[in-house]
Amino acid sequence: MSGYVASLLSVIGINMILALSLNIITGFCGQVSLGHAAFYGIGAYTAAYLSKLGVPLLLTLSAGTAMAGLIGVAVGLTSLRVRHDFLAVTTMGIGFVFLGFVRKQKWLGAELGISGIPAPGLDPLAYALLIAVAAASVIAFSLWIKRSWMGFTFDAVADDEDAARTVGVNVPAYKLTAFGIGTALAGLAGGLYVYFARIILPDTFDFVQSIAILTMVVIGGTGSVWGVVASTVALTLLPEVSRAASDYRLLIFGGMLILVMRFSPGGLAGMARSFLGSKRARRRAVP
Amino acid sequence: MTALARIDDLHKSFGGVAAASGVSFAVNAGEFLAVIGPNGAGKTTALRLMAGLLQPDSGRIFFDDRDVTSLPAHARVRLGLGFTHQIVRPFYSFSTIENVMIAAGHRHTTSPWRALTLRSRQAARDKAATILERIGLTAQTDQSPRALPLGQRKRLEVARAIALDPRLLLLDEPLAGLSSAEAATMADLIRTLPQAGITVVLVEHNLGEVLRVADRIVVLDAGKVLAEGAPAEVMARADVRQAYTGTS
Repeated sequence: MSGYVASLLSVIGINMILALSLNIITGFCGQVSLGHAAFYGIGAYTAAYLSKLGVPLLLTLSAGTAMAGLIGVAVGLTSLRVRHDFLAVTTMGIGFVFLGFVRKQKWLGAELGISGIPAPGLDPLAYALLIAVAAASVIAFSLWIKRSWMGFTFDAVADDEDAARTVGVNVPAYKLTAFGIGTALAGLAGGLYVYFARIILPDTFDFVQSIAILTMVVIGGTGSVWGVVASTVALTLLPEVSRAASDYRLLIFGGMLILVMRFSPGGLAGMARSFLGSKRARRRAVP
Repeated sequence: MTALARIDDLHKSFGGVAAASGVSFAVNAGEFLAVIGPNGAGKTTALRLMAGLLQPDSGRIFFDDRDVTSLPAHARVRLGLGFTHQIVRPFYSFSTIENVMIAAGHRHTTSPWRALTLRSRQAARDKAATILERIGLTAQTDQSPRALPLGQRKRLEVARAIALDPRLLLLDEPLAGLSSAEAATMADLIRTLPQAGITVVLVEHNLGEVLRVADRIVVLDAGKVLAEGAPAEVMARADVRQAYTGTS
């Protein structure tokens, strides 16, 4: 039982870091990304490769984080020239380029990926707690960004880039920062996943994974930290509580995306705000 | 008078159509300069080139004797060059005061990492509140810009530009779309800016208000400077009347 709990906790924590990392790019800074799984994969492959060379856990995690962040900044440079749907297509292309690359690299295990990854040196529950601490740190960091002047400036960039330029915002620097932080954290999630799964396959980082991460962000409420945290927990647990939900995961995620976009574009966070707002209004109306 | 800014032989074409064909003029420190001309004369293009929102095909732009031609817009803002859009562009996800706050705290935005360490927005809020009071938008402080009529949105655009502490403010048709009463109020507001140490370049079609507030006029026609000088003197010229009003 404790093994199952540790496993569930680990998956929730990794998904939370992933979703919050995309939330920084898409939710805070307004840059659509449909290839976020590639950075998850870059972190995972870097950590897996180094772990097989005998590099210790903390160093492999750091290397995975740094590698994903560096490549993320390079990809972010493309975002400086393209916007909106063009950016979405560009980032989608990055995801395909990543998969096309790793699938052909024998030194990365090609189609079979990397297996035989050493244990993290912690029992499953302790490792799950390490992931939980990492997820909690990412939540705290996201909240810090949101409430800082950086978060305020991200909001301006997400709202209107041209207007942001005329109030002195170095828009390219802020976009690159968002890409750098977001992709580095996705790399951290990838590194943590490596020691959890002990085997990685290219398909784990495919387009469907990118959409799954985006689903967690959109359903939670793009830009809302607590909304994304809540949706990650709910969407990770959903397949666990129902076998049918597991079998029809894609169908359910896709359907939820459509429903949220149609009826509550603000996601869970938007629904919570509306609910609290109407409750306050009712209270004021009562004499 | 010393020139605060100068544009020198600017050329800019869009798909083969020349919007600026060798435009040159200077802006003197402390003056209220109006740039006028018929539609398509290249007024907005000249202003956007000065602001760094467009890059010229050739020619140079100087601010404070410094060549700023290759500087991006945000870097020119930091030097003291403010700009307001012809079609107002408030941040619609912000409240009225937040629109001014983001400009009031522009020094914090210079580096994302520096911005990350700043948590308090109080100083920016205080400065923004003072500007909103001066501009007459205190009652709209917490309203969304969507709720504001055009006249107030235009004033918000000016408030945001003032919050940047500019030494030179480029105003692109701030009176466009306003009723004559609103236009007069706005013109009264912006004519006070030079007294606050802000040099103004105004692009405007409302000739009546331009003649009322401007110290000097530059007339553009077909991407070139046709005339410049004191308002009465310039408007008395036959070639200006011909180009601008279609009458001689």
